[in-house]
Amino acid sequence: MPKILEKRALAEEVFLLRVEAPEIARERKAGQFVMVQADLRYGERIPLTIADANPAEGSITLIFQTVGRTTHRLAALNVGDIIHAILGPLGRPTHIERFGTAVAVGGGIGIAPLHPIVQALKAAGNRLLVILGARTRDLLILEDRMAALADELIVCTDDGSKGRKGLVTEPLRELCARTPKPDIIFAIGPPIMMKACAETTRPFAIPTVVSLNTIMVDGTGMCGGCRVTVGGKTRFVCVDGPEFDGHQVDFDNMMLRLRAYKEQEDAAHEKCHLEPQLARLERKSSS
Amino acid sequence: MSHPSPDALRREAAERLTALQGHPLTPRDRLAIPPQEMPSREPAERIRHVEEVALGYSPEQARLEALRCLQCKNAPCVEGCPVRIDIPAFIKALAEGRDAEAMAVIRRNSLLPAVCGRVCPQEVQCQERCTVGKALKDVRKAVSIGRLERFAADAERQSGRFQPPPVKPETGRRVAVIGSGPAGITVAADVRREGHAVTLFEAFHKPGGVLVYGIPEFRLPKAIVELEMETLLAMGVEIRTNFLVGRTRRLENLLKEDGYDAAFIGAGAGLPRFLEIEGENLVGVFSANEYLTRANLMRAFDRQRADTPIYPARRVIVVGGGNVAMDAARMALRLGAEEVHLVYRRTEAEMPARIEEVEHAKEEGVRFHVLHAPRRVIGNAAGRVTGLECIRCRLGEPDASGRPAPVEIPGSEYVIEADAVIVAIGNEPNPLIRQTTPGLQADRRGRLIVDPTTGQTSLPRVYAGGDVVLGSATVILAMGQGRQAAAAINAFLASLPPRSA
Repeated sequence: MPKILEKRALAEEVFLLRVEAPEIARERKAGQFVMVQADLRYGERIPLTIADANPAEGSITLIFQTVGRTTHRLAALNVGDIIHAILGPLGRPTHIERFGTAVAVGGGIGIAPLHPIVQALKAAGNRLLVILGARTRDLLILEDRMAALADELIVCTDDGSKGRKGLVTEPLRELCARTPKPDIIFAIGPPIMMKACAETTRPFAIPTVVSLNTIMVDGTGMCGGCRVTVGGKTRFVCVDGPEFDGHQVDFDNMMLRLRAYKEQEDAAHEKCHLEPQLARLERKSSS
Repeated sequence: MSHPSPDALRREAAERLTALQGHPLTPRDRLAIPPQEMPSREPAERIRHVEEVALGYSPEQARLEALRCLQCKNAPCVEGCPVRIDIPAFIKALAEGRDAEAMAVIRRNSLLPAVCGRVCPQEVQCQERCTVGKALKDVRKAVSIGRLERFAADAERQSGRFQPPPVKPETGRRVAVIGSGPAGITVAADVRREGHAVTLFEAFHKPGGVLVYGIPEFRLPKAIVELEMETLLAMGVEIRTNFLVGRTRRLENLLKEDGYDAAFIGAGAGLPRFLEIEGENLVGVFSANEYLTRANLMRAFDRQRADTPIYPARRVIVVGGGNVAMDAARMALRLGAEEVHLVYRRTEAEMPARIEEVEHAKEEGVRFHVLHAPRRVIGNAAGRVTGLECIRCRLGEPDASGRPAPVEIPGSEYVIEADAVIVAIGNEPNPLIRQTTPGLQADRRGRLIVDPTTGQTSLPRVYAGGDVVLGSATVILAMGQGRQAAAAINAFLASLPPRSA
């Protein structure tokens, strides 16, 4: 049973769990993910990216933001607790080779899945230009680790509280305009960011890989809930992806599909997140 | 439509039994016994929850139904059974009140009688051949072999008589069984009985395969599947959930590094087929796999407690005519849909679903649109489903499947309004195992190629059976293939030099 070995809060609503999972740690490669279920009887199954792994220790690292019921349940667990079900590693690993110069763009929680890809690109001998983006300084994660791997690191925040003020697409455009231009781009983050990155690199005709995080039930090709349109064809993110050619992905359809359960999710978020917070505030104000 | 109450059916059967006592029955007497109706919950009541619809025969009804059997010497019913259960023998035992003996007869050939008694398509197997049905010129009046099988199995379960089969001394040999559905359960039990160590690998968090994620509680209570799993555990089978062979560990590593002497692939047909029509990726279009997995395995029917959401829909369209389509349509009603429409290209006569499922769906208010082919899914500006455009069809010449092909009638298109569309037109084997196992051969539709008598694949020490070989088929065929493969695996392991446990 996967036991929690370490728990840390990385930012507001962002947590890191290092979990005992020797088989997954041994087999996983950059780009792969796991399905996690926090309650065996009534819990849902959600995909989480593997941010790191230590095969010698037999552990994997999960980084997640508390957005739904499962992530809130996970955030409530502590060292020594058990996560009832972790299945993986799932999805096709990232295609890694010595491309030359690679640009890696990570936005928000997307920096977590980008981390093992950057590790693998570095190990394969690529020159690495890394752009990290977050809404604000306190939400920026893994900056130190990325700084240690990157040949150049550019940080952007929407509010300018750290690094450049603005979106990741601005430095991305500048890097694409360099001569010689980068050989490949990896962009992982919110769908709207990945779409913008793909549009930024399209005029430069630089191959752009995005990693999609869609609604899934099983994560093994059975439900088709994760299907996206790529180059006019229906593909399953769980088994055909999660990485696809960003210039071919129909992001608009994907974003609509991500909102399928929006009402229920908002209700859950309120219940799991706002209610306890309100209760805390009430306790504070009464004491 | 309303049903006689279970009590009324029981009383009526008891009276008839008394009247029949004391004199030997002629075949004419037996044919005169009315076919016993299955006691069922009232449609209006049952669509408010997911509890089992068919309640099972009372002992009186079971005796009376068993007396309808003519005990034919040539037993055509046995020929119709994929696993060749000695049907006349078990029915005779039931007629004479020897329930335990009936079960012993069934268990000689079948591992999952409580399951098969509920989900087998008896009307195209044993009951299709039944002499009684032929004499009465209606397959629906054949002896209800499936219901009797279910009665025997339920009686045994309720009595607590069942003991796990004995296991021979450990041989030190190890077998990996991939997939814990009907085929895998069968192989695990049959191989373990010979004293070989068995690990049953399941990708989901709960074992049972299609019996738990696919078939709803109202047709197959999960307690029955759980009991089968407990039996395997009691026999010493190791069950590893959350383990996807091909990703968590490759098949070749299990065989070459992890010490498994043989493997059986019973991974099923889990990859849903879609219609490949315009609008299929709109929000509100689901595979039946997704819809049923959410509802069954993830318990979304229990709205108060389950985390897994179900898409809110007032009007639901299900496309397809098989058991899965009926399951999805009936589940949609239970999940609160006000209207459920079923769209099928051919007529009811060609539907692959069991007759009982079609009848139950109609009783519950599912509206059938036969001779209708879906053309495109229509959505609104928010990308959500608002309807399905269909075209009317007529039946043409038989196609490759042997059934009359639906021929579209030009100009007959029209739109059925809906908030959700569920696609239930079949599944194919999941490609993962073959993609991650070099040398494992499959046909063009992704079905693994096996030796028809042993179930051996193109690889040594690797066997396969069930839907991963057959495409979407039935529980009983999966069990039959599992038995064959288990026998071949046992023979193969017996041919190896002895090893100490």
